[in-house]
Amino acid sequence: MSSDRRVNPSEVLRPRNVGAPVKRTEDARLLAGNGEYTADRKPDRPLHLAFLRSSQPHARIVRIGTAAAQEAPGVVAVLTAEDIADDFKPVIPFSRMPNYYATPILPLASKKVRYVGEAVVAVVATSRYLAEDALELIDVEYQPLGAISRGETAIAEGAPLLHEEAGSNILIAREFKKGDVAADLKAAAVRVGGRFEMTRKAPLAMEPRSYAVEYEKRRDAITLYTSSNIPGIVRDAVSESLGLPGHRLRVVAPDVGGSFGSKGSLYPEELLICIAARKLRRSVKWTADRLEDMSSSSQAFAEIVDAQMGFDANGIATSLQADVIGDVGAFSIYPWTCGLEPVQVVSFLPGPYKIGSYRGAVRGVATCKPPTGPYRGVGRPISTFVTERLMDLGAAALGIDPLEIRRRNLVRAEEFPYRIASGIIWDKTGFIECLDAAAEAAGYDRLRKEQAEARKAGRLFGVGVACYAELTGIGSRIAVAPGMPINTGSETAKITIDSTGAITAAFGVASHGQGLETTLAQIIADDLGARFEDVRVIQGDSDEVPMSTGTYASRSAVLGGGAAKHASRLLQEKIKRVASHLLEANADDIEVTEGNAVVLGTDRTVNFKQIAKAVYSDMKTLPVDAREELSATYTYDPINGTTAAATHIAAVEVDPATCFVRILKFVVAEDCGRLINPMIVDGQVHGGVAQGIGAALFEELIYDEDGQLLTASLVDYMIPSAPEVPSLDVVHVESESAVAGGFRGMGEGGTIGAPAAIANAIADALSPLGIDVSILPMTPERIFRLMEQARLNSIGKADE
Amino acid sequence: MAKVSVTVNGEKYDVPDVEPRMLLSDFLRDRLGLTGTHVGCEHGVCGACTVLVNGDSARSCLMLAVQTNGAEIVTVEGLGSPEELNELQAQFREHHGLQCGFCTPGMVMTGEDLLRKYPLATDEDIREGLSGNLCRCTGYQNIVAAIRSAAARRTEKAS
Ligand code: FES
Ligand code: FES
Repeated sequence: MSSDRRVNPSEVLRPRNVGAPVKRTEDARLLAGNGEYTADRKPDRPLHLAFLRSSQPHARIVRIGTAAAQEAPGVVAVLTAEDIADDFKPVIPFSRMPNYYATPILPLASKKVRYVGEAVVAVVATSRYLAEDALELIDVEYQPLGAISRGETAIAEGAPLLHEEAGSNILIAREFKKGDVAADLKAAAVRVGGRFEMTRKAPLAMEPRSYAVEYEKRRDAITLYTSSNIPGIVRDAVSESLGLPGHRLRVVAPDVGGSFGSKGSLYPEELLICIAARKLRRSVKWTADRLEDMSSSSQAFAEIVDAQMGFDANGIATSLQADVIGDVGAFSIYPWTCGLEPVQVVSFLPGPYKIGSYRGAVRGVATCKPPTGPYRGVGRPISTFVTERLMDLGAAALGIDPLEIRRRNLVRAEEFPYRIASGIIWDKTGFIECLDAAAEAAGYDRLRKEQAEARKAGRLFGVGVACYAELTGIGSRIAVAPGMPINTGSETAKITIDSTGAITAAFGVASHGQGLETTLAQIIADDLGARFEDVRVIQGDSDEVPMSTGTYASRSAVLGGGAAKHASRLLQEKIKRVASHLLEANADDIEVTEGNAVVLGTDRTVNFKQIAKAVYSDMKTLPVDAREELSATYTYDPINGTTAAATHIAAVEVDPATCFVRILKFVVAEDCGRLINPMIVDGQVHGGVAQGIGAALFEELIYDEDGQLLTASLVDYMIPSAPEVPSLDVVHVESESAVAGGFRGMGEGGTIGAPAAIANAIADALSPLGIDVSILPMTPERIFRLMEQARLNSIGKADE
Repeated sequence: MAKVSVTVNGEKYDVPDVEPRMLLSDFLRDRLGLTGTHVGCEHGVCGACTVLVNGDSARSCLMLAVQTNGAEIVTVEGLGSPEELNELQAQFREHHGLQCGFCTPGMVMTGEDLLRKYPLATDEDIREGLSGNLCRCTGYQNIVAAIRSAAARRTEKAS
């Protein structure tokens, strides 16, 4: 089956580039080893940083002995919190959320450490080898204060407080309510529920976090090269913290080796390296090793959800209630706050369904672990897991097919815009269309027949369905993170044709694998009327646009793409005005295409180079007031954003001997609106699903009771490798969205749907044994235990 | 300090002052400026640092520079240029076998090694061959397609 089939392709007016699988501009340099990631920067005689990190989960810092380290070969400076106290202001992740305590972000731990891996001392030396040597000579005396290793123990009576000033380990509490859930649950024909858990994960970009500050003596200015996907936010935060104006502080995200959220917050090390470079007036580099990256980059999920859903006799979901405990780690992250992940769970629990009444309560509690932060999907992988499990439990209780129960509850085409019970509004999206398309592509009925055969043969074969919807390309009316004071609702494009006729388009978005240099150029080529290969896209550089944030929350195609469309149109109008002088024609009769302005129906034409010459250098051809600079800037704000949705279907088989899960088939039918580049969209879906498979089957950060990370290497923390990921089938349902260009965001979806679909498939496979799936990942060990328990239970029953 | 004489991508280097503990990956990146070789884990699992040493793929984070004295090394920079990608690199571009590009040098070097040594008759063979290289972006499907297509072209040429 082709992996690029499309249902209902939209009618597009003569698109040349948008919609085509254009090969990526980025690839040639990346394939030939000519990319430039942060660690590849080669500043003049750089110094190197190494961090001494806390070995304690929660302890008072009594004394730090650095004398021996100061004397070690190659060491230029040894910095503790005390040494830099006057060099910065703490960065506070403010929010207008009620019941929220904002923990400050400090470059180095001060007075106390709160998780194993927190940076305590920084050594600056002439090489990384020498800096690490000197770490061995530092001696820190700690007074242990008692580890808080789990969310549930953090809220127990008498638990030590991680942030005394907060007065509680609960850093955030929220509740969403609609209708009378208790009454509706009571009245329901069928009630299903349980305790669900999604364990802690690592986003695990293959490039570890990396920073390089280049110091410029002449201007006393610094450029921070950072492996960040939010360089604009980092620029503003560092500027504020260090009191450095933006024209002496440039922040650039060069080629970035993936993020998935782990590079989407401001980090203490980013502050520290800027402070060190300014103090020493030297360029400084740092790259995390894998252990540091795993034990100090923001982590994911870590929630326990107690949930119940009520159905009427026809399988209509009437009510849903959930209590969520999020183990948010030791600190809030900037700018998203510790509410980002757990609050999103209760915001999205009703999913794409018309559930009448709802109560979702969440508590985010501090533990001795690195902070949780954004991870591809944020909150929705868990909310989808829970809601989709409940749908299947309801279907089983009522004897309805899983596909059918979803069809009865999904928001239908004529019901959009639809406000779900948590308050989120879905704009028109192909919910049912995705369900039908996925069922068809998967051969759902055939799979059920296969399953019946397999069961007869005693095989554990299961089919799982999961539907979800997400908000993407969010505009200024909705904060990406609840109550957050910074603007994430707009993006700027600045397109310029210079005196050589070259087209440069600058954006504040910051690709870290999504191929925005390609997709944004596709949009500009079409809307400006240029040749694709002539458009150069610059992004991730704070000097290029006055304000920006970056690439996160599935926003760049919608916001960057929208800005590109508008700026292209504005510039095209200027081109037409100049061309109308040069060609002596009415501007309305001029068409701009492939880098030429042509008088419609004639062969009279001028190209961009001639137009640029007329405007900038040849002072004879144009009247003075017609020499408008060939540049246009547009800041686009989609106000609300737009919905994206998908259905995932998985077929799996569980091997009863090894307890390994084999994925036999995986289908995604998704609606991301108009596709800019189907090749890139498919790639995003493949990668997202692979991460979802990791979350469902393998990945788990395990901390012991003393707050020590037991899975700190890639041997212990298993991400899927090539043999574990099946070939996927991706179907696109292109229902046009209301934002500019009709695009929808789609970078996260794969990770949202896959864990739920696989969980449902495993539960289906194991249902003959009476086994339920309520925790992810379903590792072979967990499956083994469940099967053992089921065996013992059945023996017990037989004995009765 | 030791002297290391190596040939990298056809060019001979004599580096007089190499610390015996210096990793080959650091040597290539910091001493020779060949930053196409990436470091993703420094403990031999991710495969991002894969290079060819005397014709066999090797993890440069698990080797010391001094061990390669007298060796012939090929890094991703030695395969093709951005203007003229080699066959396998071109197939990666054609099939969208890379996103962020961080794992890519290792994938390409491992792919080269596999193509030279094995028939790669099925996708399972290719996936098995890639099992020591991690990619977090692509879900592997298009990397497998790129190598499959390079293998087919190789067979075509041979016949
Ligand atoms: S860096 Fe060498 S295997 Fe990961
Ligand atoms: S392309 Fe990003 S890790 Fe493979």
